[in-house]
Amino acid sequence: MSTPTIDRAVDGRTYAAYSRPLIWRLVLTREFAVIALLLVVFVYANGNVPNFDGPLTLYYLFLDMAPIMLIALPMTLIIITGEIDLSVASVMGLTSVMLGILYADAGLPMPVAALLAIAVGVACGAFNGFLVAYVGLPSLAVTIGTLALFRGLAVGLLGTEAITDFPQKWTDLAKERIVEGESYPMILIPFVVLVVIFALLLHFSTFGRGVYEIGLNDEAARFTGVNVELTKFWLFVMAGGVSAFAGIYYTLRYGSARGDNAEFYELQVIAAVLLGGVSIFGGRGALHGVIAGVLLIGVLSSAMRLENVSTNITNIVIGGLLVLSVISTSFLSWISALTSGRARRAEASSSPQQSDQSGADQPSR
Amino acid sequence: VTDTLIKPSSAPPLQRALTTALRSREIAVFIVLAALIALATVKSSSFLIGSDGWRNLLVTPSILLLLAVGQTVVIVTRNVDLSVGSTLGLTAYLTGRLFVDQPGIPIPLVFLIGLAFGGLLGLVNGVLVAFGKVPALVITLGTLYIYRGIFLEWAGSDRINASDLPADFLRLGNQQILTIPVLTLIALVVLAAVGYYLHTARGGRELYAIGSDPDAAKLYGLNVTKRVLWAFILCGALAGLAGVFFAARYGSVSSNAGRNLELEAVAAAVIGGVAIFGGVGTVWGAAIGAFLLVTIDRALPILGIPDFWQRAVVGGLIIGAVVLDRVLSARQERKLIEARAES
Repeated sequence: MSTPTIDRAVDGRTYAAYSRPLIWRLVLTREFAVIALLLVVFVYANGNVPNFDGPLTLYYLFLDMAPIMLIALPMTLIIITGEIDLSVASVMGLTSVMLGILYADAGLPMPVAALLAIAVGVACGAFNGFLVAYVGLPSLAVTIGTLALFRGLAVGLLGTEAITDFPQKWTDLAKERIVEGESYPMILIPFVVLVVIFALLLHFSTFGRGVYEIGLNDEAARFTGVNVELTKFWLFVMAGGVSAFAGIYYTLRYGSARGDNAEFYELQVIAAVLLGGVSIFGGRGALHGVIAGVLLIGVLSSAMRLENVSTNITNIVIGGLLVLSVISTSFLSWISALTSGRARRAEASSSPQQSDQSGADQPSR
Repeated sequence: VTDTLIKPSSAPPLQRALTTALRSREIAVFIVLAALIALATVKSSSFLIGSDGWRNLLVTPSILLLLAVGQTVVIVTRNVDLSVGSTLGLTAYLTGRLFVDQPGIPIPLVFLIGLAFGGLLGLVNGVLVAFGKVPALVITLGTLYIYRGIFLEWAGSDRINASDLPADFLRLGNQQILTIPVLTLIALVVLAAVGYYLHTARGGRELYAIGSDPDAAKLYGLNVTKRVLWAFILCGALAGLAGVFFAARYGSVSSNAGRNLELEAVAAAVIGGVAIFGGVGTVWGAAIGAFLLVTIDRALPILGIPDFWQRAVVGGLIIGAVVLDRVLSARQERKLIEARAES
């Protein structure tokens, strides 16, 4: 929501940054920091938290975090373009209600009802995408509006009642394990498929390069031939579709379709994405960081739950991490500006000519 | 027509005032609000007439009004404060605790403590945003979690009930001066003060300048950091005041206090014509937007629509308002370009 940020968004791309060895360039990134933090927390929890290494911990961690893991994928791409989608949890709620109505009230078979519910989610995403990309409205305002609109439709359609008569076969599927006795639930299969798709899309395709370019400068992206409108439109459609899928999973996992299902999930998804090193200004971020960010939230909450720490404290910790993760960037650059300023002043006092030299070497921004 | 576009001051004052009024977003939203109230009153006269209806109409929106005013001040600087709902909940609980732990504490002091405590929470946001140079959306999303976590952890399973609060304090929620409830009066005084400041004072105009173009404001020599910091402190303080209102109005504070209100405050501002990217909009508009949102909530059941649909209507209104802004500004821009080409 502020502007003087382009220099920060591209800080890894200066000549000075490339003078470091490859290994340092890989290690000194936000993504690596999150992964390292995840490993530290995981290893610590494994060693010190009772029952954390039990078979159920990871299983429930994946089950609970699955909607957030899923939606974080398209959300990453959206935030990299500099937009935001606050309506994802409302889409989840709406598809949950649609699934309930189509299956229980209209009597459609489950796969048909699920497909129609996903179509509703895609339509919701297309509505967002149309308003943001083609009408040119700010996505923050649009998706605050559709957050209320889609949630309102969901609550309006069902009121306070809940549809719970889903067949055992389908509700069991949501909780089934890939291999009996292992701690990996079935939902990880679609997740891994989506991770591969989104990783290919973001990191190994022209579409993905366009996503980054739009985030850095959409005007320049347009001149290099990126179809800015179409790219943004598709991203919102994807977010709608994936949210719908997550909504169906949520419904089946808890066996109930309610209007207020998955309320406030949008904040968790965005927190996870930003924690994973994606810049809210756009143009910077990577999927492996985001996945580590989601898992970090999951590991922290399940470890703290096992330690009998209340969820309120967990929320305080997650909020604190989120604030720290964004503050740290500017804090570190402030420190480095301070130290390099001191170094330059020291040089300047010893030999003014040399300091001119080093001043000229500074990449201009 | 083109003359008035380039040189609006060349038109006669009466005509100018009339065009401004006709184009004014505040008046447009006010007409919608008035129409809604009229419609609901025709359906059921107790909506407006009768002491209960009149009081409810005025007192219920005063909480959201305070939040919307604070939110507008922040949004005008091209920031946003998502933590106001949590601030409200935390302060409402603090208010209840003060009365429980310090029996006989003077009520004005409680109001001051609420303001100060909210301001302190706003200061935290402001320091992080203004000095950390990081987006307000992320920071206040983080503090939303933190403040609510502190609130719930502090409250535990405990809740403040009407029996814990002194009768004088609870009477504030019902008391009326010239049929206008006291809480509404306080909220309107705050609205007038903030509105006057934003409209005329140098500091207020600087907030608009910062929101229109932060870089230009900085180059021009405005103290952006200080202004943004104070905008967040004001927003937090008003949310704190709203927390005290909440305790007085409802008499009980549960863990749900203030939930979701941050988005309603943003919605009220956007409906009232405050541009989400800063620099445009007034607190008057936001205040009318707040009244409209709360009144819709009450009017829908009377109009025969189950109140479950309230949020859908609100969502539609927000999108409608944003689309309308876009269409109007595009038309204005086109006309200005034509006028420039002609002259």
